[in-house]
Amino acid sequence: MPKTIIEKLWDAHVVSEKEGAPALIYIDLHLVHEVTSPQAFAGLRARGLKVRRPDLTFATTDHSTPTTPKNLPIIDPIAAAQVKQMETNAAEFGIPLYGFHSDKQGIVHVIGPENGLTQPGMTVVCGDSHTATHGAFGALAFGIGTSEVEMVLATQCLPQRKSKTFEVRVDGTLRPGVAAKDIILALCAKVGIGGGTGSVFEYRGSAISALSMEERMTVCNMSIEAGARAGLVAPDDATFEYLAGRKYSPQGADWDAAVARWKTLPTDDGATYDQSVTIDASTLEPMITFGTNPGMGMAISGAVPDPANVADPIERESLRKALQYMALTPGKPLAGQAIDVVFVGSCTNSRISDLRAAASVLKGRKVNSKVRMMVVPGSQPIKRQAEAEGLDRIFRDAGAEWREAGCSMCIAMNGDQLTPGQYSVSTSNRNFEGRQGKGGRTFLASPQTAAASAIMGQVTDVRTLLG
Amino acid sequence: MIKFTPFESHVVPMPMDNIDTDQIIPARFLKTISKDGLGDQLFCDWRYDAAGTPKPDFILNQDWAKQCQVLVAGDNFGCGSSREHAPWALTQYGFRAVVSTSFADIFKSNALKNSLVPVVVDSATHQKLMALPRDAKVALDLAAQTLTLPDGTTVEFPVDAFSKYLLLEGVDELGYILQQDEAIKAYEAGRASTLNTLAA
Repeated sequence: MPKTIIEKLWDAHVVSEKEGAPALIYIDLHLVHEVTSPQAFAGLRARGLKVRRPDLTFATTDHSTPTTPKNLPIIDPIAAAQVKQMETNAAEFGIPLYGFHSDKQGIVHVIGPENGLTQPGMTVVCGDSHTATHGAFGALAFGIGTSEVEMVLATQCLPQRKSKTFEVRVDGTLRPGVAAKDIILALCAKVGIGGGTGSVFEYRGSAISALSMEERMTVCNMSIEAGARAGLVAPDDATFEYLAGRKYSPQGADWDAAVARWKTLPTDDGATYDQSVTIDASTLEPMITFGTNPGMGMAISGAVPDPANVADPIERESLRKALQYMALTPGKPLAGQAIDVVFVGSCTNSRISDLRAAASVLKGRKVNSKVRMMVVPGSQPIKRQAEAEGLDRIFRDAGAEWREAGCSMCIAMNGDQLTPGQYSVSTSNRNFEGRQGKGGRTFLASPQTAAASAIMGQVTDVRTLLG
Repeated sequence: MIKFTPFESHVVPMPMDNIDTDQIIPARFLKTISKDGLGDQLFCDWRYDAAGTPKPDFILNQDWAKQCQVLVAGDNFGCGSSREHAPWALTQYGFRAVVSTSFADIFKSNALKNSLVPVVVDSATHQKLMALPRDAKVALDLAAQTLTLPDGTTVEFPVDAFSKYLLLEGVDELGYILQQDEAIKAYEAGRASTLNTLAA
């Protein structure tokens, strides 16, 4: 019987199946960061357990780490203690760690792929909902809670129920000024923030095949923002080219054997999905969110929706409350809305191609005097590469801040944050109330749209700045 | 784990869809390395003003709500981040069940591991619960998978059979997995790793 890649990945990882219980699934790669793991390690200690497979476990510090120069100490004592705890736990349990002072440190979902840790056919978990990023490589990758982090540390396994399969078919060619970020924001707007609940997305179609690996990571990253715990793209030549020669990629004969195996992963002809949705990439515009969840998004030429037109009372109240929080007027376009901050970064859009995209718009221009722009690379290697290409000079010359790697203002745990009432155009993944700082208001968009908005000091359609 | 027993409680209505985990517990409280002390920060940015004073009009600050063990919220409760701090904060406040028309996947999984029962009901029942007077009580029986309303109507709700067993018997899930060591070893023996790893 023909199978989807989602079913193939599942079948290959079932350790045991017992009547009345979920299947036990083997985890090939467990990524760990400082925020969602300390209580799990404490649990291991309390039970006298070891980490079963430290060789399949990898840690970094990214969420609560400052993005100020590395010679400065971590000022926040609570954050410093958390970072220290990650170092202690990694040392005690024998887990490799790219820690705060490592020249390979970075956002957990950036460094996995960057080092070839993330590979096709794997199951990948992390105590972080953006773990779906790794699905770009044809891996079944999903976020877990801290209790599950402890289970995986102790047993390398998780009890899981099979998810439904959900095909996201994207065909057609993106127009100039439209990015991978716009595809995923369009999906979130189309199916809503709960649309993929209970499902794993498979992104496919000509527009997905045409994306680079970094663009596929941007799309998969925000699967959770459409409700799906995981989202993936079948591996192809672009995947193999990206992985060849990376530090933890297989080498020599092992590489050839791995590629042969990876080529069997794509969905079989005739396989069926539980659900499908289609998006025509050729009609997409740059997207922008207006509300307080990522599903509240629209084309940049659109107008803020009016709660009066929503029939369901709870939905109407949710939209009304969102617009009240955002201080936006129903029926008005968002383009032209004054902004205070632009944030380029996060596990969604902090890779070298994202920085190049933002720099290409900023080159020879200035950030508006009313705007603070922060550019936060996803990892130390990306930072060095950007500097080698002169991208940092473009950002600095334009008046933007060029920071050290980390999650930064996406989650605002490290001191990088909006002040109450500020508006930000951000390349990150969440516009929830207070997500980027208490009282802050976030518009999610692509790096291109963010850069254009920084220049103009207002929400801007990047196409108006293209030559 | 403590065995989950039937109980009666008043309900706290929060008629909002898509309540995300950043609202349940804002990220700045995630720098803790402990599970404790999160109950006071539950819904922090809705619950306290800029000076940290409780807002009297927010429902969890009202005296009658403080003993409630059941939260009734809108669709897709718990969306967003995977932080288990969300169910920790909810249970430390005193909640033992959240009722909604649907839950986000990761939140639901995390809740079940912390003796917080996610109860999915149809929209008619949901509307009735949202409109209950303050003095009304509901009864929750996990073994029977029923929620009984003050008018006597009893609705059944779905629960994963395995999670239900763990909660009712107070069985530890990690302990259950550890018992399957033989199966895990057998799987590992047949598994080809493609990681070119130097890790010890």
